[in-house]
Amino acid sequence: MSNAPSPFVRAAVDAAEALPASGIAWLDAARRENLEAFADAGLPEGRNEAWKYTPLRALSQRAFALADRALALAVAVDPALYALPGVDGARIVFVDGAYRADLSSLDEDGIELAPLSAALIAHPEPLRFALANRYRRGAADAFMHLNAALAADGFVLRVADGTIASRPLHVVHVSSGSQADTAWHVRLVIEVGKGATADIVEHFVSAGDAAQLGTVVSDVVLREGGRLGLVVLQDASAATTLVRRGHIRIDAGAAATLHALELGGALVRHELHADLEGDGARFDSRGVFALAGRQHADTQLEIRHKARDTVSDALWRGIADGRSRGVFRGAIVVAEGADGADATLSNKNLLLSGMAEIDTKPELEIYADEVKAAHGATVGQLDERSLFYLRSRGIPLADARSLLTLAFCRAALESLPNGALREHLGELLVAHLPTEPAE
Amino acid sequence: MHMLKIDNLHARVEGKEILKGLSLTVKPGEVHAIMGPNGAGKSTLGNVLAGRDGYEVTQGAVDFAGRDLLALDPEERAAAGVFLAFQYPVEIPGVNNTYFLRAALNAQRKFRGEEELDSMRFLKLVREKLKVMQVSDELLHRAVNEGFSGGEKKRNEIFQMAVLEPKLAILDETDSGLDIDALKQVAGGVNALRSPERSFVIVTHYQRLLDYIEPDFVHVLAGGRIVESGDKELAIKLEEQGYAWLAETHPELRKADLAGAPA
Repeated sequence: MSNAPSPFVRAAVDAAEALPASGIAWLDAARRENLEAFADAGLPEGRNEAWKYTPLRALSQRAFALADRALALAVAVDPALYALPGVDGARIVFVDGAYRADLSSLDEDGIELAPLSAALIAHPEPLRFALANRYRRGAADAFMHLNAALAADGFVLRVADGTIASRPLHVVHVSSGSQADTAWHVRLVIEVGKGATADIVEHFVSAGDAAQLGTVVSDVVLREGGRLGLVVLQDASAATTLVRRGHIRIDAGAAATLHALELGGALVRHELHADLEGDGARFDSRGVFALAGRQHADTQLEIRHKARDTVSDALWRGIADGRSRGVFRGAIVVAEGADGADATLSNKNLLLSGMAEIDTKPELEIYADEVKAAHGATVGQLDERSLFYLRSRGIPLADARSLLTLAFCRAALESLPNGALREHLGELLVAHLPTEPAE
Repeated sequence: MHMLKIDNLHARVEGKEILKGLSLTVKPGEVHAIMGPNGAGKSTLGNVLAGRDGYEVTQGAVDFAGRDLLALDPEERAAAGVFLAFQYPVEIPGVNNTYFLRAALNAQRKFRGEEELDSMRFLKLVREKLKVMQVSDELLHRAVNEGFSGGEKKRNEIFQMAVLEPKLAILDETDSGLDIDALKQVAGGVNALRSPERSFVIVTHYQRLLDYIEPDFVHVLAGGRIVESGDKELAIKLEEQGYAWLAETHPELRKADLAGAPA
């Protein structure tokens, strides 16, 4: 970068100095290398295609110190903040990125779950690839480098071959909201063994309103014939900046399903890369974002069909009210040789206000033969005829609007098999919908 | 005492004047049939009474049981007891029929300061009405009108009417597109709901519905006004002779106003 580093970059470099050494030579080297890569390139700018609709100029002028670990470990957090119906398995809770043993319960039949900090002490070597080799310079973006340089904790989850973990794991990221202008970073490593089954609910909440930045980078490997059900519920405070990036590798005959509900945050970026690595691998993704005020949420989905007879089905819905802005990019790549691939992508959006904006961009790149691919994206408004129909039966305008808005999103949530959780997500969405008509 | 009194109603749609001084009085318990050629303003009347956006009243008044109907929002009109059975009921994917109907009924009850029905009492009510209307309860589990046949949609309108128990029901060409069996079912549903307190305005293009629902009055709507009123004999005359003869008694009607003869 030719210019002086931005306040954002300077603060990150300072934060790295404040981070205690891990005591593992390769890890400390990797952190340094990632910090340098981040500091050299800075935050992505407007000419970077991947960030075209999510400008970071304002963010680059903000300075986030590393969240204070001692405070994060001491702050009182009410478990009611993250209680979820239908989610009763193991739970791992992070407050401002720090693992909270007192709020977590890791013991659960069939899974091996440990905080990253503990796993690094006990068995660092198996983590070397994920934490050191994976994100070399040039193979990662700014926030992955930032996360790799600064993440002090996270978790490692392993589900052994053939194991069926019957109860969902609840992963909770709490922003304390009491440490203004601080950042936290969490790193997740998940491996679901051959023929194993696991369900994970990742949940973002805030305990206060102070402005914080959080980043989460996750690597998921799903071995042959494995099954993974992933739910993301993002209900962070309106002052939160959140950047999440996940990679899912799906081996032969394995299937992963994602249901995402994006409600909170000021600036949210969710990037997910799914590689259908083995024959017959399958990835279904469903998601809804509901934005209001000046919220900005950007979902980036990249699905790569790399083997034969792979299937992907993506169904995403967006709602933007107020002056909010929603961004959706769904890219499907069918690689050479991935014959028989079947890819579907649908992204429909609803503008509830004349001041809101939605940018949607489905992309399809096909290098194989005998491929079935369908994609479509729309941006529209609530149907006036339907609104009048409901009102003519006595349903007040505000209720009619939220009824239709919820109906619009229903397709994305109805396939979630956990009924109690599905209902709860629906209720959260309804509570989040605007009740007053926007002009 | 009247139920509905429309006085010299003028209304525009997209800048074009459709209703040009329509007057009509309906008393409790009466069934009025409104017939008329295409473009006469039949559907406009239903939409204006139900309060649809885009239908601009430029002159005249509508009194409904002592209230200024035109001052009310569509949902307030519904709660006051006005029901419009749509000519083209909309499909609303993602909204369950039962959920919708309960939300509607309870919203109306809330408006009126009545207690809302819990799901047990609501289901009991629905079961009673299903029996009377001869509607399969399978319709209840589907999304509102989604994938319904034309006949199912119209039967669903009448079923909604039965559950909501309005004071005034306006049927906007409910008979169009129905085969004879569906027509009989719709008529049977309407007849089951007839009572001394409930009035009906039945807008239709064809006389045959009136074979099954006996009207107290038949009106001809042409050129945006009621130009002729009578009893059932008037409907039979229209069926036999069309509308052209009205030009003799109503020289102000243009040929185009009378062009849409019943099929």
